[in-house]
Amino acid sequence: MNAEWRWDFAIEILPQMLLATLNTILAAGIGYAIAAVVGLLFLLGQRTPIKVVNMINREIVEFIRSTPLLIQLFFVYFVLPQFGITLSAWVCGMITIGLHFGTYLSEVYRGALEGVPKTQWEACRALNFSTFYTYRKIVLPQAFPIAIPGMGNYLVGIFKDTPLLSTIGVAELFHAATAVGGYHYRYLEPYTIVGLIFLTLSIPAAMWIRKIEKNVNLAQGKIKKEQL
Amino acid sequence: MSYFAFLSEHGLTMLLGTVTTIKVLVCSTILYVIISLIFGLMRLSKNPIIQGTATVYIEFFRGTSLLVQLFWFYYVLPFFGLTLEAFTAGVVAIGMNFGAYGAEIVRGGVLAVPKGQWEGAFALNFTPAKRMRKIIIPQIFPIILPPAANLTVELLKATALVALVTVVDLTFEAKQINAITWLSAQCFGTALLIYYIISRFFLVPFLRWLEVIAARKVGKDRI
Repeated sequence: MNAEWRWDFAIEILPQMLLATLNTILAAGIGYAIAAVVGLLFLLGQRTPIKVVNMINREIVEFIRSTPLLIQLFFVYFVLPQFGITLSAWVCGMITIGLHFGTYLSEVYRGALEGVPKTQWEACRALNFSTFYTYRKIVLPQAFPIAIPGMGNYLVGIFKDTPLLSTIGVAELFHAATAVGGYHYRYLEPYTIVGLIFLTLSIPAAMWIRKIEKNVNLAQGKIKKEQL
Repeated sequence: MSYFAFLSEHGLTMLLGTVTTIKVLVCSTILYVIISLIFGLMRLSKNPIIQGTATVYIEFFRGTSLLVQLFWFYYVLPFFGLTLEAFTAGVVAIGMNFGAYGAEIVRGGVLAVPKGQWEGAFALNFTPAKRMRKIIIPQIFPIILPPAANLTVELLKATALVALVTVVDLTFEAKQINAITWLSAQCFGTALLIYYIISRFFLVPFLRWLEVIAARKVGKDRI
């Protein structure tokens, strides 16, 4: 094995890698969409005025949050077929990522709802608005901007965790790199290209989220224009 | 096969894997704490070279996936003549990755120390080194420990990845047992439970205890 970076090899495998990147982006997008909905369900479980539901909800969230995504993936992928449910690697991966990050997103939602001052609720009460109307017109429009930075961070987080899907055989970027590396027995270029692709996608995304966060803080008066 | 029969046959193997997982956890936690303190302070430096180095390091490690870094350390570094053992590669990759996240927490902690403390140290004519060591650093711990605790739980979860570079930890053992017996529910379920127990009953209480100690040290009894 020589340590030289071979440009011809790198250029040869680049189209294949870029194609696999599309799969990675797709996986992150679908996973995120599921996580966003699952997060809402967990939030609902948490805000239900029934103590038992709250408790069970909290334990489930705690359990999912404190166990590794990797083993959860294996669990879903290997255990469900034993109960007669055979799902493709893609579906398993999406479900697991959705569940795992759904617990995180529910925390983001909760924080955002609690970030709306209590006086807003009291004012709606005084004006005799219905609960639905209060949520739709008063609380959610104020909670949403607070949730944006957290939601954005987890989008990048999911994107960076998609390589784990390769362990159960989802053909995304990292899987492609391992396959190419194994075929040519050269891992230097494939893995470096994967790293570079991740950098070129996630750094602009992170910068964009930071900008949004700043705008949100500005709009909410948490920081003043002179501080920027 | 009942669950107890499964445990009596494979329990010891999983326990041995757990010991390795805890070793990885302890080593990489030590590494990540050191790295975050160094790079967090470098990030606050006025010297553009020092600050730039820290920024590049942090953005690089936060911008790429831990799994990619791990594989890079384990499979690509040998191309450059640096062959790491799987355990070392795992610890170094996790430590450096989480060090980048931790550095941002340290930076936030230093910035959150009230301005009066800086001015007080300045008024008392402390040298910059003494000001940092005696006034600012001791006060950042109660601020940084809660987010650092979250990060450490994330680190425990991340240690599962070292199984993919052939470190024989809990995840690796679970995979092996699964491959032999095909009792997936039992072996992965047990592994999930063990991770949960480590986190819920050992790691988190320990970190809470540290938070209380740190708060008491600066005279805040309640946090």
